[in-house]
Amino acid sequence: MAEPVLTVDDLTMHYMTRAGEVSAVDNVSFALAEGESMGLVGESGCGKTSIATSLLKLLPENAHIKGGHIWFKGVDFAALSEDEMRKYRWRNISMVFQAAMNSLNPVYKVGDQISEAMDTHLGVFTREQTRQRIAELFQLVGLDPKLMEQYPHEYSGGMRQRAVIAMALSCNPDLIIADEPTTALDVIVQDSLLREMRLLQDRLGMAMIYISHDIAVIAEVSEKIGVMYAGRLVEWAKSEEIFHRPIHPYTAALMSAFPSVTGPKRELAMLSGEPPDLLHPPPGCRFHPRCPFATEICKEQVPDFKDHGGGHYAACWHPLGGD
Amino acid sequence: MPATEPLVKVEGLRKLFPLNRGFLRESNSFIHAVDDVNFSIPPGESLALVGESGSGKTTTGKLLVRLIDPTAGHIYLKADGTQVDIASIPGKGMKAFRRQVQMIFQDPYESLNPRRTIFDTVSEPLAVQGIGHVLEREERVAELLVLVGLSPPSTFMFRFPHELSGGQRQRVAIARALVIEPKFVVADEPTSMLDVSVRTGIMHLMQELADRLGVTYLYITHDLAVARYMSTRLAVMYLGKIVEMGDTEEVLRNPLHPYTKALLSAVPIPDPTLQRQPPDIKGGISKPIDPMPRCRFYDRCPLAAKVCEENDHPPLEDKGAGHYAACYLV
Repeated sequence: MAEPVLTVDDLTMHYMTRAGEVSAVDNVSFALAEGESMGLVGESGCGKTSIATSLLKLLPENAHIKGGHIWFKGVDFAALSEDEMRKYRWRNISMVFQAAMNSLNPVYKVGDQISEAMDTHLGVFTREQTRQRIAELFQLVGLDPKLMEQYPHEYSGGMRQRAVIAMALSCNPDLIIADEPTTALDVIVQDSLLREMRLLQDRLGMAMIYISHDIAVIAEVSEKIGVMYAGRLVEWAKSEEIFHRPIHPYTAALMSAFPSVTGPKRELAMLSGEPPDLLHPPPGCRFHPRCPFATEICKEQVPDFKDHGGGHYAACWHPLGGD
Repeated sequence: MPATEPLVKVEGLRKLFPLNRGFLRESNSFIHAVDDVNFSIPPGESLALVGESGSGKTTTGKLLVRLIDPTAGHIYLKADGTQVDIASIPGKGMKAFRRQVQMIFQDPYESLNPRRTIFDTVSEPLAVQGIGHVLEREERVAELLVLVGLSPPSTFMFRFPHELSGGQRQRVAIARALVIEPKFVVADEPTSMLDVSVRTGIMHLMQELADRLGVTYLYITHDLAVARYMSTRLAVMYLGKIVEMGDTEEVLRNPLHPYTKALLSAVPIPDPTLQRQPPDIKGGISKPIDPMPRCRFYDRCPLAAKVCEENDHPPLEDKGAGHYAACYLV
């Protein structure tokens, strides 16, 4: 395996709220090799976006990294100050946010916004070089370079998302985190954007983390998949493994709850109950109140996140199809 | 087509929105949001209306419950043995009409009044219709809450929407729509804001209630996979027109219209070992502002030929066994 570009080690992050501490990310560990793509799936509130903002340390004031390390090429981001962190942000890790509409400033031309990002983080180009580079970036993501003289409202939803991707690429990062990059888009636009992103990754060789609630989207773009539930990573493996040999009952339930347009029409699985309140997460395995296989031990002890063979990790006392 | 008389029959339905031309200036441009739409739904069946954003599916839904008035066309509803034209109900008749037809909205965070308790929200249709007195209403609301899976009802009845999760709120919205036992319910993307594990529960619930209470749905969604599970028939809309319609499984397995084909092939498949072909379609969706008299799909169609450009938009024709398509080339 190639050298990991990012290693997350027992990351724990809490939000301090008036009602108490919210355990948003709990003991999450994974590693991502250079040029590799991974997907994080889970339902809303499971901590996917909290992991992304922790990696970039773009956390709100009430968030605290309580423990763990974020190793990026030998540097522990968890220990860095805001000033030091700023050197890595955008230049080494950049992010494509969920709502492209909101990540562009409506009163500035799109090209100017990208050049601002480049000036701030690289600051080595002349004006002419910057424009040249933006034109290249626009071509790369399938936008007409003339569009850089226009304002965000003149763009369609898909074009805005492309512009945001161009911005994320502008400083040649080693890793891009894409948080629900296509969620607000129609399927046909989504399809062309996902194809584009895969091509870009092949060509430019950066690592990618895709975050989505849609396992079908994740299946199409990721080599590895991490499944999250209630702040914990419950399963982690190669995409085919996750889809064809899920170990954790939550992963299996998530797969079979997903309707598909192809193949035979099968009965959709139903999970009873709702995801837990992370102010008072259930003890033991956090999935146990909804798990059909739960026993006493699940209620009392947190299962280890361990290798079940061939780099297929899961945290479950009663793994499916084995042991 | 089944022999039974349809519950809802839509004929030549049209809605044009004028584009604002400025103060005191007559508008001479229109968005053709819904343009000559025809379909019918037999009682107890459900029709799914699918399409991309801007295709006119939500406008169609709103027209069917008369939240907006149509520019032209008829919507016939068979209720209590008589047929009424929803499109021309006078103000006085609306109250009786609302007893038959209800709507479930997409966003359960916005469709419930945050200052009213669940009981207030669910019992309001009963109060408006003057059904029962307070105690009877309370009983009826409790019954409905159990039916939608919010039990015991006493723990939910006097709570406020902010105390409930998204899935629970959508259950409240469903209870409110069904409390006066309507015949016909327009559901506009009722599950698109919900998480997968909660979504299946709501889908099951809606189907179960349809069977138990004899409700007929018009199910509006952008998600073909959800439509597959929620409908017996499927209509695909593009720029204000229905371009294909037929039995859901038949349309999904054997799509005829090039737009339906493109839409289907763009749906991601939850299996990393499969590779999809890119959808065969050009450009992006536009707005139907004063459309040219030719096929609406002409600019994006991979098959576009002379006949498509020279003639008006093709009519929705039966291409065999009740599978309708609006295309000159199939």
